[in-house]
Amino acid sequence: MSAENIISSKNLCFSYEQGKEILKEINIDIKRGEFTALLGHNGSGKSTFARLTNAILVPTKGSMNVFGMDTSDEGKLYDIRQNVGMVFQNPDNQIVAAVVEEDVAFGLENTGVPPAEIRERVDEALKAVGMYEYRDHSPGMLSGGQKQRIAIAGIIAMRPECIVLDEPTAMLDPAGRKDVMRTIRMLGERYGITVVLITHYMDEAVRADRVIVIDEGKPILDGTPKQVFSHVDILKKTGLDVPQVTELVHKLNRYGFDLDPQILTEEECAAALAFVLKEGKS
Amino acid sequence: MLKDITIDQYFPGKSIVHRLDARFKIIITMIFIVMIFAADTIWSLMTGIAFMLLSYALTALKPSLMVKSLKPVVPVLVITAVLNMFFFEGEEIFRFAFISITDEGVKNAVFMLLRVVSLIVGSSVLTYTTSPVELTGAMEKLLSPLKIFKFPVHELAMMMTISLRFIPTLIEETEKIISAQKARGADFENGSLKERAAAIVPVLVPLFISAFRRAEELALAMECRCYRGGEGRTRMKQLKTGPADIASLVVSFFFLAAVFFIDRKMK
Ligand SMILES: Nc1ncnc2c1ncn2[C@@H]1O[C@H](COP(=O)(O)OP(=O)(O)O)[C@@H](O)[C@H]1O
Ligand SMILES: [Mg+2]
Repeated sequence: MSAENIISSKNLCFSYEQGKEILKEINIDIKRGEFTALLGHNGSGKSTFARLTNAILVPTKGSMNVFGMDTSDEGKLYDIRQNVGMVFQNPDNQIVAAVVEEDVAFGLENTGVPPAEIRERVDEALKAVGMYEYRDHSPGMLSGGQKQRIAIAGIIAMRPECIVLDEPTAMLDPAGRKDVMRTIRMLGERYGITVVLITHYMDEAVRADRVIVIDEGKPILDGTPKQVFSHVDILKKTGLDVPQVTELVHKLNRYGFDLDPQILTEEECAAALAFVLKEGKS
Repeated sequence: MLKDITIDQYFPGKSIVHRLDARFKIIITMIFIVMIFAADTIWSLMTGIAFMLLSYALTALKPSLMVKSLKPVVPVLVITAVLNMFFFEGEEIFRFAFISITDEGVKNAVFMLLRVVSLIVGSSVLTYTTSPVELTGAMEKLLSPLKIFKFPVHELAMMMTISLRFIPTLIEETEKIISAQKARGADFENGSLKERAAAIVPVLVPLFISAFRRAEELALAMECRCYRGGEGRTRMKQLKTGPADIASLVVSFFFLAAVFFIDRKMK
């Protein structure tokens, strides 16, 4: 059952106000253990989709199923939220307690876990994100990247099946971004947690197993990073960047080169260019 | 300047005071407040202060932190002391033009000063050694009998937890906004009272907007982490009462009794 769909939306529509549909007929299935990146320009409905996955919002039409539970079912609310953790953009506004370990414990306290077990799981989660030495610090003293790792620890401690991260690196400096991205990849590799990463950094999306591009409330591209980023024109039209390497390859091809449009990494690109240059000489 | 406020800061440690049950710490602090206000003679007040210094010594925190907690209130202290000096009837000991200082006035000023200083230092013994969550958790427990009157005890404790968490964030933000406005030429130091009050408005408006945005995002994050009020909630740090708690409570009562006894003797 390793390939079952844990998040599954069927003809899902959503509107905040009547007559103004934000999400239109979305059918997205996310498999267990998959690392999905969700892309789209500002206002395309990414955050709205995220909030539909953990029953903060419920579909106005169609359905959203999480682990076989319908998010419209009020009785399953806390089961759903415990299994779909969420991390937000602003690290300051999601930390509840004034001491790191107490914040990590917050979710477990809410779900009524016995105190001794909370202690154990909090320590484990803090070690997992490399913030154990900071357990009795005040979050105010930490950098943005460290705060984000605390927020992630608070979610890991709840042992969810899935984590949805809504632009978690948007407010961080490059060093913080790197740390947080390493932590996010660890979630899948070490804990087998399904990750949905909303981002507008292409280098983050390149590392995903799957990339979905949303535009005006509809998925327009869906596939492996290689497949998705080869559609340079479509991406540009929706106002998105493409990874630098893809952009270079795309431009060279326009000038008559014949490079593989699915090239994504610098190494691949360098190898392909070296090959072309050698051919040109001989 | 705003950063000097340490009143709600927690300094983690392993001292005996740190390890006391937070409920007892709150009760002992209250006993101490009674001591300070009941003390009528300098000797009883000194007894109260001795109790405070003893507690502070047991926290193993740097004495400089004690001074730090007083720094922001120095102007208030000076003003109250001076006013006290002038406005008490009694035997005149000093006169300059229309200014007259009486012995009663000086005595009152000194008392006032000692009381306020002890109050601040005494309550910082509590807040320095108790994490905000423990503190509010203990308050929740102590106030829990009020639940039968439908008093929202848990909600109050949660509100305090969040306030303590966000005070430093909002102070930092205020300072940022002030610098930003100064960089655009706003003047907070000069001008009439009215002009200075007007200069505060462009600081308060963005601060309020940001505070509401934070509140909204925090509420969402709490909901996502399964928050649903106090019902069925557990706590990682259990409040445990041990011999040390009972002993420190007994010692506090002993000092309280000493204060009353000394007052009766000295009068
Ligand atoms: N609470 C709300 N009420 C009304 N409209 C909203 C609300 N939140 C978001 N929207 C609108 O929904 C659209 C999609 O927003 P959002 O999901 O936040 O996009 P993204 O995260 O991709 O930037 C935007 O046009 C936004 O104005
Ligand atoms: Mg968004």
